[in-house]
Amino acid sequence: MKESGVPESLTSEAVKPAVLEFEADAVRYEYERVAALQGLTLRVRAGERITLLGANGSGKSTLLRLMDGLHFACAGALRFRGEALTEEAMEDDGFAMSFRRRVGMVFQNPDIQLFNPTVFDEVAFGPLQLGWPREEILERVHATLEWIGAEHLKDRAPYRLSGGEKKRVAIASVIVLDPDVLLLDEPTAALDPRSQSQVIELLESWNNGQKTIITATHQLEILGEISGRAVVLEHGAVVADATPAEVLANTELLEAANLIHSHRHLHGGVPHKHPSPYLRHEHHKH
Amino acid sequence: MSANVISKTVRGFSGALGRTLVSENSAHAKGLLQALDPRVKLVGLLALVVTAALARKLPVMAALFGLGVVLALGSRLSLWSLAKRVWLVAFAFTAMIAAPALFLTPGETVYTLGGLAITAQGMRSAMLLVARVEAAVTLSTLLVLTTPWMHLLKALRTLMVPVEVIAMLAMTHRYVVLLTETANAMFESRQSRMVGRLNGHEQRRLMVNTGGVLMSKTLEMGNEVFLAMQARGFRGEVRLLTDFRLRGWDYVAMSGFAAAVVAATMAGR
Repeated sequence: MKESGVPESLTSEAVKPAVLEFEADAVRYEYERVAALQGLTLRVRAGERITLLGANGSGKSTLLRLMDGLHFACAGALRFRGEALTEEAMEDDGFAMSFRRRVGMVFQNPDIQLFNPTVFDEVAFGPLQLGWPREEILERVHATLEWIGAEHLKDRAPYRLSGGEKKRVAIASVIVLDPDVLLLDEPTAALDPRSQSQVIELLESWNNGQKTIITATHQLEILGEISGRAVVLEHGAVVADATPAEVLANTELLEAANLIHSHRHLHGGVPHKHPSPYLRHEHHKH
Repeated sequence: MSANVISKTVRGFSGALGRTLVSENSAHAKGLLQALDPRVKLVGLLALVVTAALARKLPVMAALFGLGVVLALGSRLSLWSLAKRVWLVAFAFTAMIAAPALFLTPGETVYTLGGLAITAQGMRSAMLLVARVEAAVTLSTLLVLTTPWMHLLKALRTLMVPVEVIAMLAMTHRYVVLLTETANAMFESRQSRMVGRLNGHEQRRLMVNTGGVLMSKTLEMGNEVFLAMQARGFRGEVRLLTDFRLRGWDYVAMSGFAAAVVAATMAGR
């Protein structure tokens, strides 16, 4: 049993391909002396689609930022393909360029991520930074914009796009680099249902599902669609690591991790209380 | 000043910044300055700005201002827009600073206003300051309005401006629109929870508090934008799809800028 009372069966990893992408060993990270990650240990293998589940403040976004080499562990070790992700390593131009080419991150707030004058410039920004040849950049940017259905938006200012369009352009601006690993921070947060499903379809269709995708979210309804493995975080540590179906079936775990709530309601005139991820009782059956 | 006026001002500022900084329409128009290599434009216009700052004669400053107007017309910029957004604002701020010189500079009295003597020397000092600022601001504005921001940064980099400075400028440009939108949202949110009018003391207290929160958000947002840029490989060097290349017209423009600087320096002594 792990510290949250999760059975050992739930901590077995669902997929075990050979190549290790990320290895986190007892990683600790603090924001102004407040621990965001504490003793976090995790293995991510090539081709896995993992969801990091957890309530607000559980450490999901922080872990993604460490994995993207934007923040660095205060203690413990985080490695990408065997190379330690440290500040010193990222200061090395050769390593940093190679890492940025292989690992891409889509931020939660697209307004932060979209900072170029036009959609075309936005998608071209990453390839330009990595020094790709001009012709290749033009070809890839056009192909990527076509793939997300945004070719007609290429001359628009990103800040004028709708929420769903911004998110798709943010994803395109990273996917244009064709990274081996894609980190997504709340990719469907604050999107309407249609935009949510468009984003999920994009991720499903990307490279026929062959890439490693790590998604941080607290939206349980998209869990099965975007991942084959679910890692539950609580107070900056892994409390469960299992298949989405196993995690979704463990209401005790989900309630302890603040991913579902207990509510009281009437059914056939009989009041009763049970945990549910749904806000209204007509959304579930007994 | 009511909260409504502040909110409208912030909203207007946000819109204007969005149009000016993000759409960069004027920078992509076909015009005299837009056709120049950004490096030539940067060096030439900055040299003229320095010349205007060092000049001591009103006709020289007027000539530099006139040159700015001619370049603006040649670059298809709206003079009406420049007057509203640049000249009037620069005049208002500079006039406030220059006004005391009218009365404090010793010299020959030319007019008496409410018992205070306005001197000829004071008027000359005030006019020199206003003219200097108008000329310098006009020339600087031309540079910004006719050059895409990334081209300007790359031009600065080729002139050996440190990577750290370029990174700071890049970030500032990125989040300034976002910041004004945040300020607008904060004022609207406050308005939606307010009933009646606040007295002057309460208004000032709210303004100070809002300014403090906005400052914190600025720092956080700046950091976030920089991380987002780093995440896609930004390391301070500005890279563009087009390389800068000097053409015949650039050499002509270089000569023109050099001639104007030499003439203004000689005449302005």
